[in-house]
Amino acid sequence: MALIETKDLTYIYGEGTPFRKVAVDSVSLKIEKGEFIGVIGHTGSGKSTLIQTLNGLLRPTSGQILLDGRDIWEDPKKIRSVRFRVGMVFQYPEYQLFEETVLKDICFGPKNMGLSDEEAEQRARKAAEFVGLAPELLEKSPFDLSGGQKRRVAIAGVIAMDPDVLILDEPTAGLDPQGRDVLLAQISGYHKVRENTILLVSHSMEDIARTADRILVMNDSKAVMFEDTKTVFSRDTQLEAMGLRVPEITKIMASLKEKGWPVDTALTMEEALRQLMPLLGKGGVPGDS
Amino acid sequence: MIRDVALGQYIPGKSGIHRMDPRVKISLTFLFIIFLFVGSNYASMGVMTVLVAGILLATGIPLRQYFKSLKAVLFVVIFTSVLNLFYGSGQVLVQWGVMQITEGGVNRAVFIALRIVCLMLLSAALTFTTSPTELTDAIERLLKPLKIFHVKVHEIAMMMTIALRFVPTLLEETDKIMSAQKARGADLESGGLMQRVKALIPILIPLFVSAFRRAYDLAMAMECRCYHGGEGRTRMKVLKAKKSDAVAVIGALLLCAGVILLNIFLPGTVR
Repeated sequence: MALIETKDLTYIYGEGTPFRKVAVDSVSLKIEKGEFIGVIGHTGSGKSTLIQTLNGLLRPTSGQILLDGRDIWEDPKKIRSVRFRVGMVFQYPEYQLFEETVLKDICFGPKNMGLSDEEAEQRARKAAEFVGLAPELLEKSPFDLSGGQKRRVAIAGVIAMDPDVLILDEPTAGLDPQGRDVLLAQISGYHKVRENTILLVSHSMEDIARTADRILVMNDSKAVMFEDTKTVFSRDTQLEAMGLRVPEITKIMASLKEKGWPVDTALTMEEALRQLMPLLGKGGVPGDS
Repeated sequence: MIRDVALGQYIPGKSGIHRMDPRVKISLTFLFIIFLFVGSNYASMGVMTVLVAGILLATGIPLRQYFKSLKAVLFVVIFTSVLNLFYGSGQVLVQWGVMQITEGGVNRAVFIALRIVCLMLLSAALTFTTSPTELTDAIERLLKPLKIFHVKVHEIAMMMTIALRFVPTLLEETDKIMSAQKARGADLESGGLMQRVKALIPILIPLFVSAFRRAYDLAMAMECRCYHGGEGRTRMKVLKAKKSDAVAVIGALLLCAGVILLNIFLPGTVR
């Protein structure tokens, strides 16, 4: 059984007003446990709305969301328990910090779950470790941290709830290149250790290519593709028609293939190097393990 | 949700009321609001009600928008009119223990409800048809005489413009922060009063922090463009009263005179 399943999920903003807008149009999909899913689509394609319906922040206008086979809106009073199982990190999450210390802020989620102070703190410290926050930062005020550190605190605040599904809406937006790489690596690392399901929304095709097993492509409120990463990124013309693109390196490899080189689709620089170096007669890749 | 609140929202349009000089619009709104309270019998109140209804229709804005703005004060209207039912004297209509509803009470209730509703509708008509910039421009101009008392009229108007400009931004921000905290399991919907007040802390603190951040940014941006207050500042759009504005003013004055006459020649229903 799929972990999350949506059936004809539709969400309409401002129903019955002149501003009526269909944001998600009968989306049906199945997400299995342990998958790492990338969600792409241009601005306004409905991806943010879709992910907000998945953890019950928005109630769908019609259609169903099944978590472990049960409709999450079966009992609207218990919607909070769904939010604990499906954790959501918003865009620019650093603006949600409010507590006196970093540790207390990370504890906010676990405490809302009804955990004891000790247990919440234990979880918070573990979550802080996952996102690479130094222990001495935990006693500081979150408002004294740098932008990147704040972002980590906010992400840790959701990870501390230990959700089965973690949804991240553009977690790397506005970070410097190195910060992006480190954060992404930490998210991947967390995914491997915890073996939970992750949905990553991003405008960076490189980020998605590096991390995702499968890609969901949203266009004009509809889910137009939902296939493994290589398959999606091999359809560059289709993606470009939707205002998206494939990673630079994938494009280069595709052009080489077109010119008759014996290469395959590559999603990352490392993969491309592995194929190209032997062709250039240079043998293996330095540092390739 | 929070975004559905119609709060001083400008709805662009091309009606005669949209094109009126904002100074005239503000002054007339004030005049009419005063006269809502001058009208003391059903005839004069009727004139005012018809006037308000006429203005609403003339704006060409769907009436649904006006109803939305009324929703916010519905409770106040009901509360005050029910309270007023029991005050007043005259013929007793219903006796119920020590409570009694009299004819005077019913009249008072009707009047108070009508007055609040008309007042809300009038101000909604003003804010729906006048953009915030026009509004503050007009207020700045209308308050200009206060300059002789060293009131910083331009600065006050600028503060109002900025405040109005940021209402939707902050509402959106509140919405976002609420979602983020709800995603972390914040419970905003249940619990007693104290619990609910406590539940607001995780929303208010980030909101204040971001409001201050925006204030700093805006101050910096204004300084970068050499803003230094109102002295010697000229306007891109100079307000000009047209002939139609004069007609509106004369019409309004005649109506008000009519209301006063009706008040004098017909018996008053409420004091």
